[in-house]
Amino acid sequence: MTLKERFEIPSGFRMWSMGLMGAGVLSLIVGYFMYGRGDEAQQIRFWAALLQNSVYFLLVVNAAMFFFTAVTLAMGGFQMAFRRVTEAISACVPVIGGITFVILMVLVLRHKTYIYEWLDKELVAKDPILNGKKGFLNPTFFIIWTTLTIGLWTVLGYKMRSLSREIDDHPLSSIEEGKKYIFKNTVWSAIYIVWFALTVASTVPWLWLMSTAPHWFSTMYSWYTFASTFVAGIALITLFVIYLKNKGYLEYVNKEHLHDLGKFQFAFSVFWTYLWFSQFMLIWYANIPEETTYFRPRFEGAYTGLFYLNLCINFLAPLLIYMTRSAKRNYTILTFMSVALLLGHWVDFYQMIFGTLVPDHVPMNLFDVGIAAGFVGLIIYQTGNVLARFPLLAKNHPFFKESIIHYT
Amino acid sequence: MSIKRFVVGSFDDEAVLFPAVKKVRVAGYKIHDVYTPMPIHGLDTAMGLRDTSIHTAGFLYGITGTTTALSGISYTLIYDWPLNFGGKPHFALPAWIPITFELTVLFASVGMVLTFCYLCQMAPFVRKHHFSLRSTDDLFVMVIECTPKTNVADLEAFMKTTGASDVHVQDAETGWWLGTYSRNIPSVDNAKTILV
Repeated sequence: MTLKERFEIPSGFRMWSMGLMGAGVLSLIVGYFMYGRGDEAQQIRFWAALLQNSVYFLLVVNAAMFFFTAVTLAMGGFQMAFRRVTEAISACVPVIGGITFVILMVLVLRHKTYIYEWLDKELVAKDPILNGKKGFLNPTFFIIWTTLTIGLWTVLGYKMRSLSREIDDHPLSSIEEGKKYIFKNTVWSAIYIVWFALTVASTVPWLWLMSTAPHWFSTMYSWYTFASTFVAGIALITLFVIYLKNKGYLEYVNKEHLHDLGKFQFAFSVFWTYLWFSQFMLIWYANIPEETTYFRPRFEGAYTGLFYLNLCINFLAPLLIYMTRSAKRNYTILTFMSVALLLGHWVDFYQMIFGTLVPDHVPMNLFDVGIAAGFVGLIIYQTGNVLARFPLLAKNHPFFKESIIHYT
Repeated sequence: MSIKRFVVGSFDDEAVLFPAVKKVRVAGYKIHDVYTPMPIHGLDTAMGLRDTSIHTAGFLYGITGTTTALSGISYTLIYDWPLNFGGKPHFALPAWIPITFELTVLFASVGMVLTFCYLCQMAPFVRKHHFSLRSTDDLFVMVIECTPKTNVADLEAFMKTTGASDVHVQDAETGWWLGTYSRNIPSVDNAKTILV
């Protein structure tokens, strides 16, 4: 069997990614002239869309990074057959991270912004709750922490990817060397996971997203955000793996690997629901006004439809459709559900941000779709480029054989 | 519940077992079962077993649990003895979800364990024939069922060529029985004469 070691970008692939990115840029320009220069409500609508899309897609591609470092730490060999795909997706972190950084900096540094209420010093001085959170919610900390977050994700991602590629041309000569190599991978993965815990699993969703409602807080919020983006991230990996399989690449990936990805999607969809419900039920049950303000527009306001749609796409659909073994091994169902979950968690982020900032109506229109399309195009473009630049098979990795004979 | 004749082949290594299973299936013999000290990935596929349907049973037990919980709680808290808990509606679905979840899991897990035991014919005081006790320790034991047309001597010789370290013939009761293990099993030939 001759293996196709290099991905050659088909012309349709490039055209689609360019087209989607073009739609994104066009939406940005049109949106800027429609909303970006308007009054307070329009400004909020414009910046909230940018915040939602950039953070969502950044965390989704970063989830690919989390996926392969976590599996590396768990000594999981099954990922090696499609490791280069997750790596290529994680190579989007610097690009989308850069865009997100610019947007977040504009939100914090711009003189008049309406997204983060806590930037208003006079308001903070008068408000005991905001005053109490001053040590965390202030521009200096925000800027430093955001820079560190995106910077270290980029650096550690680069390190992990180059560790993986450095043995492509220099096979490991002995078992001892292999053990050393695995240990080095483990150490760098562990560093990344610790940083991930300090950012995505705790502070970053508080800073970037939850602080749009600075009086309200939930300790579940970060885990909830993480679970949301992790499901979407696995869905993205699945889509790329299936695309490459359909194009005749990744010969060693078979239904066993896809079954595992399906199981991840299923398991973390349930995990997401668990966190969603834990957050909702405690607030619903305690019924304290400071806390219920968050669910007021979502549960019985303008966002009721999205609230239930969110549950249907992200919980009921994966629970019922992914339940059987054969569904998780079926390319069509996997593709359908991956697209549905990516969309579903986008809607989840939409209600998280817009439910707070624009509580009285749902302003979703083509502008939001266009911005999302831009990011999707960017992910396709960047992932395709990185896939094409390096070999598709990590053939010298010590766990490669384990991945080929993988059986669930 | 009948006594049948089996050819029992023991293998020292799973690397030998896999090709042997394939050869036996290609030769057209009927594999009764393969007993191994630990679960072996891919053996069920190699043996050509169909997927288990225990998950379907699990789903049914699960929705039984969900129904039990929801109907039980709604009967007590809506019809039988409605109480006011902190101004919540009587139909307080979010508050019931944890219990519903627990009962779903409980029904599904207990039901599946019992179904599994039933399918494997495992229960207290229930006895089954063991082809080789070493299959719980270090041997991989493949058991082939003989039909009246099987040439047992040929089969034994064939098993030797597939790499079995030990091949012998056993007459065994296929079903289960109650009581102690010391049941005197007649050979297939005797059983036939008794039946005749």
